[in-house]
Amino acid sequence: MTVWINGAEHELGEGASVLDALDAMGAPHAGVAVAVDAEVVPRAAWASTTLVAGSRVEVLTAVQGG
Amino acid sequence: MGDDQLVIGGRKIGSRLIMGTGGAGNLEILERALVASATALTTVAMRRIDATTGTGVLDLLRRLGIEILPNTAGCRSAAEAVLTARLAREALETDLVKLEVVADERTLLPDPIELLDAAEQLVDDGFTVLPYTNDDPVLARRLESVGCAAVMPLGSPIGTGLGIRNPHNIAMIVEQAGVPVVLDAGIGTASEAAQAMELGCDAVLLATAVTRAGDPERMAHAMRLAVEAGRAAHGAGRIPRRYWAQASSPAVD
Repeated sequence: MTVWINGAEHELGEGASVLDALDAMGAPHAGVAVAVDAEVVPRAAWASTTLVAGSRVEVLTAVQGG
Repeated sequence: MGDDQLVIGGRKIGSRLIMGTGGAGNLEILERALVASATALTTVAMRRIDATTGTGVLDLLRRLGIEILPNTAGCRSAAEAVLTARLAREALETDLVKLEVVADERTLLPDPIELLDAAEQLVDDGFTVLPYTNDDPVLARRLESVGCAAVMPLGSPIGTGLGIRNPHNIAMIVEQAGVPVVLDAGIGTASEAAQAMELGCDAVLLATAVTRAGDPERMAHAMRLAVEAGRAAHGAGRIPRRYWAQASSPAVD
């Protein structure tokens, strides 16, 4: 199935989790936060939260700013 | 002076100079500037991670023992800012947030309607909210009334270095505030940071004035001294302004 991760299309297996999405893009697990369809997914729920085709995943981290 | 400590939302902050990390050429320059500033609280922004995004700035702040203040820079609506703040809390494990909701890229001025809406939602959600606001005493009062832990009026637009364009408004905000007032944005040089403190502000937040200075480390040190000097002068009580001269030596017999 196709999901959107940070605005780019990714192919993931059916039933892929948020954790699978992070690993597919090679993102670290520390210092990041994830939203799916504009709702924050707490770290503890990454493995149990499954994506569906068309899910919009945002993975954010801290950068220099402000 | 040891007990003259800044407290925001019940949290003791070990410096009255709050730094930003934006604009520094590289992490080495940033580190030297942060150390020279002696800041205890420093902002970061939240952005999409990609292959080029490291966790360098977080590692640096943690190594220096500086508390992290995530911002919502780049957000243009209350909904965006609330989501960004929640992501920052999740990623950085802090309930502190510098709330920024700007109206347009040209001025980067806060959108007061969206700002107040976002502030109210985030306070209700348990955040310690530090809103970047216009130098508007009425808006500052409204932000405090919805539960913000501080108010952070601008001296002038972000990155302009135009100093404090309306000192009287800043003084009015200070006069009525029951929470700390942090002068945020517009500072260009040390005298302006000192002026903010002389006006009664509790702290100064700046980034560009240091990170884009010719010598960021030296300017960071200057800002540290300026904030301390301004704070001391405010507490000392300046002389009244007089129209005519008043001799400071005894009259000649």
